[in-house]
Amino acid sequence: MLVKRLALGVLTLILLSLLIFLSVEALPGDLAEAILGQQATPENTAAIRRELGLDLPPWTRYLHWLGGVLQGDFGNSLALRKPIAELIAPRLANTLFLTLYTACIAVPIALILGMAASLFRNSYFDRISNITALSAISMPEFFVGYVMIYFFAISGYFPSMASINAGTPFLEKLYLCFLPALTLTLVVTAHMMRMTRAAIINVLALPYIEMARLKGVKSQRIITAHALPNAIAPIVNVVALNLAYLITGVVIVEIVFVFPGLGQLMVDGVKFRDVPVVQATALIFASAYVGLNLLADIISTISNPRLMRQR
Amino acid sequence: MSNTNNPKYAISNEVAHGETKAKAQHLQADFMAGAISRRDFISTALALGVSLGGATAVVKQAQAATPKSGGRLRQGITGGATSDVLDPGQILDAYMINVCMGQLRPCMTKIMPDGSTEGDICSGWQASNGGKTWKFDVRKGVEFHNGKDLTSNDVVDSIRHHLGEDSGSGGSGVVAGIKTIKTDGKHGVIIELKEGDGDLPTLLSDYHLNICPSNGEGGIDWQSGIGAGPYQLVEHNPGVRTLTKKFANYWNTGNEAWFDEVETLGIGDPTARLSALATNAVDAINSVPPKTAARLKNMRDVQTLISTGNKQATMPMLCDVKPFDDINVRNALKYIINRQEMLDKVFFGYGELGNDNPIGPANIFRATTDELPQRAYDPERAKHYLQKAGLSKLSVQFHAADTGFPGAVDAGALMRESAKAAGIDIEVIREPNDGYWSNVWMVKPWSACFWSGRPTENWMFSQVYLSTADWNDTHWKNDRFDMLLRAGKAETNQAKRRDIYVEMQQIVHEDGGLALPVFQSDIMGYRTSMHVPDQIANNWELDGHHACRRWWQV
Repeated sequence: MLVKRLALGVLTLILLSLLIFLSVEALPGDLAEAILGQQATPENTAAIRRELGLDLPPWTRYLHWLGGVLQGDFGNSLALRKPIAELIAPRLANTLFLTLYTACIAVPIALILGMAASLFRNSYFDRISNITALSAISMPEFFVGYVMIYFFAISGYFPSMASINAGTPFLEKLYLCFLPALTLTLVVTAHMMRMTRAAIINVLALPYIEMARLKGVKSQRIITAHALPNAIAPIVNVVALNLAYLITGVVIVEIVFVFPGLGQLMVDGVKFRDVPVVQATALIFASAYVGLNLLADIISTISNPRLMRQR
Repeated sequence: MSNTNNPKYAISNEVAHGETKAKAQHLQADFMAGAISRRDFISTALALGVSLGGATAVVKQAQAATPKSGGRLRQGITGGATSDVLDPGQILDAYMINVCMGQLRPCMTKIMPDGSTEGDICSGWQASNGGKTWKFDVRKGVEFHNGKDLTSNDVVDSIRHHLGEDSGSGGSGVVAGIKTIKTDGKHGVIIELKEGDGDLPTLLSDYHLNICPSNGEGGIDWQSGIGAGPYQLVEHNPGVRTLTKKFANYWNTGNEAWFDEVETLGIGDPTARLSALATNAVDAINSVPPKTAARLKNMRDVQTLISTGNKQATMPMLCDVKPFDDINVRNALKYIINRQEMLDKVFFGYGELGNDNPIGPANIFRATTDELPQRAYDPERAKHYLQKAGLSKLSVQFHAADTGFPGAVDAGALMRESAKAAGIDIEVIREPNDGYWSNVWMVKPWSACFWSGRPTENWMFSQVYLSTADWNDTHWKNDRFDMLLRAGKAETNQAKRRDIYVEMQQIVHEDGGLALPVFQSDIMGYRTSMHVPDQIANNWELDGHHACRRWWQV
């Protein structure tokens, strides 16, 4: 089953790369026009096209690129004329750092709040935590970011710019990236928390929980030992979805906090029609989704003895 | 533009007139010139009867006026992108102009704060043959960051990088007039032009024309970022951060470039730039949106810097497309623009009124208001021109996007309202920012555009308003104008040149397809820990992108 899922994943990625390629082709203009902007003349645009092979037909360029990728070569960035890997590696590292950082804050908070909310269902605590989380998710990310800057950066507690690089020491990275991580935490917590709450409440309605209650098990233990293990599947799925979102969808937060991550790279790639960069980042994003979903499925399977011992 | 944080204090005002006053004046002059020490100055001043506070004020003043070496200049700049290469032909925006031209690789010439052109890599030049043949003297003793001497060979290869059919350079338009360029010994460069041009030295200050080391094969080494500039490259992370450090053997050390290090950060988001300045994460930022400039004034330890140069918001009409092919229609449209309202509402007052003339505040031969009266909002006059065109009403489309100029769509909306009084119906079409320069500008008959302006009249006119120019964005053809442009180029008598350029400005104003409502100010911010000269250059933002050379840390 795992092999089949992986093969399907690879096929998805290839189809996706074709789709992305066609979309970037469909956009008006090309790299030559984009980097010359207002200074373009027919002569200098033609010269750049010749130099970079942009005058070749689109399908030739796509197949050339695909051939390279299958051999592990993602090609060169058209604009920088440097290998893509060089360009992406530091940014991928930054993005993964921010994702993990946020996950370390957000996932425990979301799970604990979700469990507590299901334990004290319909209490004031439940309502307040729900309202707070929903308000945070309802505000646009950039606004949450600016509010964070207003309260924590202008007063001098935390820096407003998370401009980290490969040489930044780990602790300083944690300090520099605190505000973006906090902003993203506010953005993703609600979804995970509410799913935890809903999944546990769902399980709490089942007869075996009633049995446990009749046995006299404490309600706290009912949730952690009886309900949670059976609610893991939906929770893990939502956590995976949110982690994938943290990898792929944070470009606005990156811009607000001047964080050099992958999202910004992709936006610049699209802006300058740098197809290989767009393709490579899109593949990373898609792999993150495919991979994390696969992982979530594996964890839910393991968590469910009925699925594990199917045969 | 002056800043007011530097009040002048004279100790001679404190003492009685007569001999003591003269002594006090001399004393202060000697001290300011560095002839006597601070201790001597204070003790002598006290002996003359000057208060301690007064003497200290002068010392502070002197400290502020004397350049101080050291420290790091941290700039937060727009226009950085992950696709930023060090190739001088592909410099596109403020970030790379600042890093390449300002810090790493100066050009042959540079523009001074007063708008004049001075030699940078070149120490001097002579023109002959009616401005067709030019000899440039390459400064002796200039060293590249790798220790190599800079010679005429490097200069020739650097300029050739932008010449010829195979050059994908954005600067190819600037050097299009060059026929041949060759070396003349180790320290001479001879340039032959297709036709005479008295502005060549100024042209050569263009930010694309960085002087890079020759690679020995007729090309240049731009990849390493090596140049002969005051700062050498330590780290370049495209679109994110560039760190440079003082080049120990910089030829002009002692006269400029006081910082030990310059850190340039790409901050595209205006709010992020402002908060970086407010939280002391950077020392200077460019491109403060007019909307938020007032906020800057309320920040502690932060000063606003405003310079109005030639940056212009324009609305070019294609003169070969109906109805803009009729001069009366063009004139009618020029009269329905309420320029003052546009300046106040779209640009929040930061700028100057435009007069449908691309020659702006940073040009020397700009026509005075007597020579070229300011065009004002006048719907009656617009109606009169419509009648002359044989029309009772007019419907046109104006294509705009913020890429054209910031606020272009709003400007269009204001224009639509003010045009109603003349019975003109303007439909404002919002275009996507993406691909604007290829699909809208010079394609749609009436669109929004901006020019950062050019330091010389001739340059601006021959790049955009000459009938055969690549960027003739009004498709305008006026024989008298073209003839005058050629005459002005070859003319060496300044008074006659002025007459020619003024007449050309009148022609563009009367006949051209250009509506130019506003010259936009550059609004910048800096922390008071920086010393900023009283006069800053207005050819580019951040003191002509030479802040790293002309500013210092107090």
